[in-house]
Amino acid sequence: MPNSDMMRIAFIGGVYSNYHALTATLADISRRGADATFFLGDLGAFGPHPDRVPALLIDRQIAGIQGNYEESLASGATDCNCGYTDPRDNVYAQISYDYTSEHTSDAYKRWMGALPKQLRLDVGGKRVLLSHGSPRKINEFLWRSTSPDPFLARLCDEHEADVIVCTHTGLHWHKALGDGRHVVNAGVIGRPANDGRTNVWYTMLTIRGDEVIAEFIPIEYDQATLAREMREEKLPAEFIETIETGWWTTCLEALPPKERARGRF
Amino acid sequence: MRALDTLWLQVAGTICNITCTHCFISCSPKNHSHEMLSLADVEARLAEARALGVRDYYFTGGEPFMNRDMLPILAATLRQGPASVLTNGMLLRKEICAELRRLSDESEYSLDIRVSLDGFHRESHDAIRGAGVWDRVMIGLRNLAEAGINPVITVTEAADGVGTNEGRARFLELIRSFGFDKPRLKVLALFRIGAEETRSGAYESWERLSDGMSEQDADVLQCSSSRMVTSKGVYVCPILIEENAARMGDTIAETLRPFPLAYGACHTCWVSGVSCRT
Repeated sequence: MPNSDMMRIAFIGGVYSNYHALTATLADISRRGADATFFLGDLGAFGPHPDRVPALLIDRQIAGIQGNYEESLASGATDCNCGYTDPRDNVYAQISYDYTSEHTSDAYKRWMGALPKQLRLDVGGKRVLLSHGSPRKINEFLWRSTSPDPFLARLCDEHEADVIVCTHTGLHWHKALGDGRHVVNAGVIGRPANDGRTNVWYTMLTIRGDEVIAEFIPIEYDQATLAREMREEKLPAEFIETIETGWWTTCLEALPPKERARGRF
Repeated sequence: MRALDTLWLQVAGTICNITCTHCFISCSPKNHSHEMLSLADVEARLAEARALGVRDYYFTGGEPFMNRDMLPILAATLRQGPASVLTNGMLLRKEICAELRRLSDESEYSLDIRVSLDGFHRESHDAIRGAGVWDRVMIGLRNLAEAGINPVITVTEAADGVGTNEGRARFLELIRSFGFDKPRLKVLALFRIGAEETRSGAYESWERLSDGMSEQDADVLQCSSSRMVTSKGVYVCPILIEENAARMGDTIAETLRPFPLAYGACHTCWVSGVSCRT
């Protein structure tokens, strides 16, 4: 990483095969300008044509890390290891994984297997750690309402990080721990943030000296085409409803009460 | 021990307003084996937990809402992290529910209420929990729904059919009928100790995990990521508080070491993959 006074780094959370959102996100990052861009894993899931996401990332030379999806696809696992415990979540997770696995080429599965599980950056002396779920577990859910400061500080201590950047939950947040350390969940561009709005979110992190600013950037994309392609691929109507309404319809039993209360379902 | 993520607090001791036939620690109105924790007790434990980077807090008993300090205890906890309360739902008066809603709204952390049911009907529930209990729980659930609190309903696998997909679907509909449009359900394994030992028989000698297996082999087990605080000290897990050998120390920090998986309940924990956490 260039060592300058200020760095702007774009982070792309779970893509969930939403290559339309990825295209729009990359265009937005180009427009705004970033010193570096990273993806944080879970390239596949609810959406259609999973091979189009790795193709785009490789073509644009975007670096990144494995999520549980890449780990599972590369190792030939029979499920996504998403970390759900409720049978209702797992039914839809399995439909999603089976479709994605079947439509991902072996070459891309090998590419996924070669991705690192974590990346470490040194930004002007700040140790920035990229991991998919949490630094200790690829599929751990770090929700804002269940990740208190002392716990996050422990993760920073144990993993020797000043800034932890993660995704996996689908909901973006930023906590300044009050001691100069930060944890940022970059959100996802694969599905909306369960708020009744159809846009998705990526994160622009600015580090300037001791200052760490996380900017969550809403992205509009061609969701009509995405929804049409999902129908053509016979993906579940529930997945399409989420894209069209902005409300999660599946894989939401893992939500803690506070986050669950904000959604429609 | 992998990491201390979850701190359990036996906030009502073994004191309960009912005497369930399947209770793994034989709680009852008269069981003072473990006493209630005071607000000061809990605040001291919260300070310890903060220094150790604990992620979440679970309150159980006995019946937590028999503890007169329960609301201040939750207020103190929710200033530090997320809290879950395991309750039989009988003491959830309107004022209590309104206060729970206020505490939840004021905190940046989640407050989760877990209400236990046994089966789909008054008959199956009251057979285990006592006459009239179902009706009182229904009032408590209605009060929760009116306060806008969406609890997790837990049901033990003793409930007929709840282990099947169809049984789960029926149960979700039942929860919906209580007024919760986002029904949340958790099915729990039974531990054949305490009162439940009398009901369904003790563990056989072969129902033990093999020698040499430690919690390092099994980081799914509760003891790899949690400890339980009672009035008597710090125990390895929420299940084994009637075992003297499961008391690991006075302070939480001194209990962060491995514990032998020597009990029948350890077998249930491992084989059923049960998680006491929600």
